[in-house]
Amino acid sequence: MSAEIIILLLAATVQSGTPILYATLGEIVTEKVGILNLGVEGMMMVGALAGFIAALYTGQATLAFLVGGLAGGLLAALHGLVCIGFQGNQVVSGLALTILGTGLADYLGTPFVGQKVTGFSAVPLPLLADIPGLGPVFFNQDPLVYGSYLIVPLLWLFFRNTKWGLRLRSVGEYPEAALAAGVSVHLYRWAGVIGGGFLVGLGGAYLSLAYTHLWTSGMSAGRGWIAVALVIFAFWRPERALIGAYLFGGIMAFQLRLQAMGTHIPSSLLLMLPYGLTVLVLVLSSRKGTRAQSPAALGINIEPAE
Amino acid sequence: MKKGLIILAVGVLLLFIIVWNIFLVEKKPVAPVQEKQPERAQVKTEDGKALKVGFVYVSPVGDAGWSYAHNQGRLAVEAMEGVTTSFVESVKEGPDSERVIQNMARKGFDVIFATSFGYMDPMLNVAKKFPKTIFMHCSGYKTAENMGNYFGRMYQARYLSGMVAGAMTKNNTLGYVAAFPIPEVIRGINAFTLGSQSLNPAVEVRVVWTKTWYDPATEKEAAKSLLDIGADVIAQHQDSPGPQEAAQEKGVYSVGYNSDMSAFAPKAHLTAPIWNWGSYYVDIVNQVKNGTWKSMAAWPGMDQGIVALAPFGAMVPADIQKKVLAMKTDLTAGKVKVFTGPIHDQAGNVKIAANASAADKELLGTTWFVKGVIGTTE
Repeated sequence: MSAEIIILLLAATVQSGTPILYATLGEIVTEKVGILNLGVEGMMMVGALAGFIAALYTGQATLAFLVGGLAGGLLAALHGLVCIGFQGNQVVSGLALTILGTGLADYLGTPFVGQKVTGFSAVPLPLLADIPGLGPVFFNQDPLVYGSYLIVPLLWLFFRNTKWGLRLRSVGEYPEAALAAGVSVHLYRWAGVIGGGFLVGLGGAYLSLAYTHLWTSGMSAGRGWIAVALVIFAFWRPERALIGAYLFGGIMAFQLRLQAMGTHIPSSLLLMLPYGLTVLVLVLSSRKGTRAQSPAALGINIEPAE
Repeated sequence: MKKGLIILAVGVLLLFIIVWNIFLVEKKPVAPVQEKQPERAQVKTEDGKALKVGFVYVSPVGDAGWSYAHNQGRLAVEAMEGVTTSFVESVKEGPDSERVIQNMARKGFDVIFATSFGYMDPMLNVAKKFPKTIFMHCSGYKTAENMGNYFGRMYQARYLSGMVAGAMTKNNTLGYVAAFPIPEVIRGINAFTLGSQSLNPAVEVRVVWTKTWYDPATEKEAAKSLLDIGADVIAQHQDSPGPQEAAQEKGVYSVGYNSDMSAFAPKAHLTAPIWNWGSYYVDIVNQVKNGTWKSMAAWPGMDQGIVALAPFGAMVPADIQKKVLAMKTDLTAGKVKVFTGPIHDQAGNVKIAANASAADKELLGTTWFVKGVIGTTE
């Protein structure tokens, strides 16, 4: 492998990791407030469709991206209604959300198959893009990738250093104590669920606006489930989510390039790699004591205080 | 307590899936079916009722691709007198399709066309239950008294598109984004390679399998991986224009498939091997109307116009266009056959001897790549 091919591979890694990164960050925000939302796949599909339709009708790529996020947030609000409003089972509601989101996007999106939007394309950042090695990998991407670079440190700071970040965490760790301290547990849980859904929706919209400029049913093709697994790999920390997402993006990009270079490994095995890695990651991270890292009240519903 | 909760959760989930499935089964075939009510007065056949023709598609019709091409054929049938048509799109292969086909048969459709390989066994099952209905399955190999199968010799058009690609490449490297390693796809890759070698013996074709029929993100990424290692013409077998987009972004060329994909990549699209189902479907429906239809396994080619080449892009020089069109005339007339020896496999063994032509049976079961293809059929 020449250096040039490696740089192209790494650039592809960043791009195919970005939708997973958005989705993983979204799920981290959701789980930080103690709500498990397994509907990531469904929210991504709906986000991808909503973003695509918005881009088709308005021609405004940035607006369309945000619409994708809003659609994800809206679907997540349904999960919030079931889990926070009616104290329903979070696992069941999340799985239902995946089925609902996938079906909804499939049904509503049928007329849009085969159409094309302008969306985002690569914009090299001045100066930064000229850095040898790093430049073409990280700074010759589309604006949404640059956005994801910003969101990771911002989320990290938010959870560590801001009042609201700490309160969000407290309702996922020890809701009774948060309640006693005068924090509105339900309000913060709602904020976490909808905010997380928004980020997941952005991940979906990335697929139909930047990664490709097309819509199809089944757009996210399992990326949502990978994001759910990556949250555990990341120990609920945004900076580790970045590593995890690029690891998966790298594997996805690498297996195709290995085929293109003419390998004798059967393609079925290569296509299995990202999913095999998911299982491996879950096994390895559970050995290191995930329990201690996960929000203590994750998956536990809180009765409304009278 | 906790155990009880989990059991409850699993129970609710199962119930939900069952309810959802019932909902899907009841709803799905109804919702997307677009019963086309022609505005003109209904012309009746001799026995007083219009012939009902149904189509089952594996993907949404959309603006391009496999199902779009079949739907263009359906529109030709719709224009016939005394015939009404309807279709169901996005039908999953397997059990779902059996319900959809059975539903159509029960509703009294006279002819049903199912247009994906995976519909073969489901259709055969339904055909046994409805002996009076005529079933036509595309791309399979099983037939029954009332079920025929049909496909087109797409490899002929693939060969021609390969000639264009071979003439246009500068790096002598072509990239092929391939769907599934089944004979149909492998045959297409072989024909494409032979075509490109006919004008440029030094050419090599690199293959990447995506194991998808329509997944724009994966297919575009696969095309990019081929571009990264130096391919400068991208061909594809899937429905999505993702690979076309990748080629245009990189400023190189592409060859479409199924239908003219030039709208998605006007600067890259050289041509495309395309399907033209219209005249064939009209012919079959006429046979049914006249009572002359008999079960068959049909494999028509360029001579019947079922496969063709999309218009050339402006970047294809006139002399190359001329060479390709001359070859097209010869293929159509049957003067030349695509798989005529000597043809070697990747290891250099002679698979088809000099001056011999591959029999249809061999072609239908192709599992090996010709020399010049880089990749594996596994």
